Amino acid sequence: MFPAMTAVVLLYALPLVRSLASAFHGDDGLTVAHVVRAFTLYGRDVAFSIGVSLGALVLIAIASIAIAGYLTLGATRWAVRVLRWLYRWPLFIPFVVAGQLSRSFLSTNGMMNTVLIETGLLSAQSAQSFLDWRGLILTFAWKQIPFVTLLLAGAMAAVEPSHSEAARNLGAGRLRALFHIVLPQAAPTLWVGLILSLVAMLSVLSVPMMLIAGNPTMMTSMMAHRITYYGDYGVANALGLFSYALTAVTAWVYLRLTLARETQR
Amino acid sequence: MTPSRLLTPLGLGLLLGLIAFIVFGPLLNLALWAFAEQWFYPHTLPTVWGFDFWARVFRPRAGAWSSLTNTLIVALSAVALSMALAVPAGYALARLPLPGRHAIMLLFLLPQAFPNLPIFVNIAAIFHQLGLTGTLIGVVLVHALPGLVYAVWIATAAFAAADRNLEEAARNLGATPLRTFVDVTLPQALPGLLAAAIFVFLDSVDEFTGTFFVGAPEITTLPLLMFNASMGGNYQVAAITSLILLIPSIGFMLVIERFLKADVLSRIGR
Repeated sequence: MFPAMTAVVLLYALPLVRSLASAFHGDDGLTVAHVVRAFTLYGRDVAFSIGVSLGALVLIAIASIAIAGYLTLGATRWAVRVLRWLYRWPLFIPFVVAGQLSRSFLSTNGMMNTVLIETGLLSAQSAQSFLDWRGLILTFAWKQIPFVTLLLAGAMAAVEPSHSEAARNLGAGRLRALFHIVLPQAAPTLWVGLILSLVAMLSVLSVPMMLIAGNPTMMTSMMAHRITYYGDYGVANALGLFSYALTAVTAWVYLRLTLARETQR
Repeated sequence: MTPSRLLTPLGLGLLLGLIAFIVFGPLLNLALWAFAEQWFYPHTLPTVWGFDFWARVFRPRAGAWSSLTNTLIVALSAVALSMALAVPAGYALARLPLPGRHAIMLLFLLPQAFPNLPIFVNIAAIFHQLGLTGTLIGVVLVHALPGLVYAVWIATAAFAAADRNLEEAARNLGATPLRTFVDVTLPQALPGLLAAAIFVFLDSVDEFTGTFFVGAPEITTLPLLMFNASMGGNYQVAAITSLILLIPSIGFMLVIERFLKADVLSRIGR
């Protein structure tokens, strides 16, 4: 018990305190200079990170609700079975491999464009590379949808089946049963999945480095850049603050929602 | 009209086909690159196929073998270290009446609740002062942190799911606490603990950011080798290394439900 706690304190709490301290520590004591500098230099990257994360979260939410909903309420047995087998493949694929997959799949001459051209859905002249913010959103979503779906499908399966059956008996369609009965009860799990996905997206260094060559890019990429090229821990840790703040806001919204739900009961 | 009637078998088949393309398309593209010796625009498929690049990657001094060895040494050590810490901690959290149990669980949750890149950066700075950067020990420690967090949570859930009545029966029949633990509790928690160990292993094999800051350039693991090949434009080498990295990931995805039973899953985080 205590060895484990010591390890977490030494390997996590200590670096955390150091990152906060270094973000506010200058040559002459306490300062906000790093934070200001980080914001003036990398404000666009912060905005870019927020935009990409939100875009990916929306895509993840829609896809995982659709897949988990179909797995729970779907009427066609064989389709449910195929989908259950199909959706999970990216689950444990490392981000660094997902980055490489996208680099070859989404590029101008990648397989996505090739297939679109071969099937006549796209003309060869208008083929373009998706290795920008769209590629980031698609890569993050590709990797995280199975994870959130796995959690959400588990939560949906735990919803008392009699609730949705009662609704169906009263004439509600499957879609209505999903959005009015099953999803509201499984929503806390969806939130947890989305917050964990947000943390993952704000932590990943390899994917933005592999997909985005210039600016703006994700904050992680800029933190690494600041350290590798300038050895500037102050500004890098100040950027880290922004990513903490972003997750903290999301966690706060989640807690507000959970508390509101608890008091309703 | 219900959606189920709208989605005729043909529509369903098309939709599933599209999903299959989204899931497998990138993987297929990668596999093509791994066996392509020549693939230039505008050819839809590689023009020359072969194992030439495989031989090149696995040449004695090409770096793949040492990265593979490093990866395995680091991953196995990270598993040993974090399980040695997590099993007693998980047992204590699941079974002993601890004051402030929720606060302790929260402490073990925090590393997963906030972005970890600043943490790795600062661990690297601290390790630099201690002379641990660029060493295997440093990389093992940085891999053990995320592993430890998973391991404690899963181990706690696994011990909580073990049947207490059986333990009490064993104690009533005269078994010592240690014997009860080894013969009764541990076998029940074993699938969960194995799942935890596999999680830590996978996490370590796939770990990139921590190795990037603490290990590179002295210690190269497979993800770093892959990253460098990809950034250097060598798609064949990147694809081959990716395929190797995919073996444990996909293998575990296929068997996860055998290890993580619903009764353990539902107790994670309680």
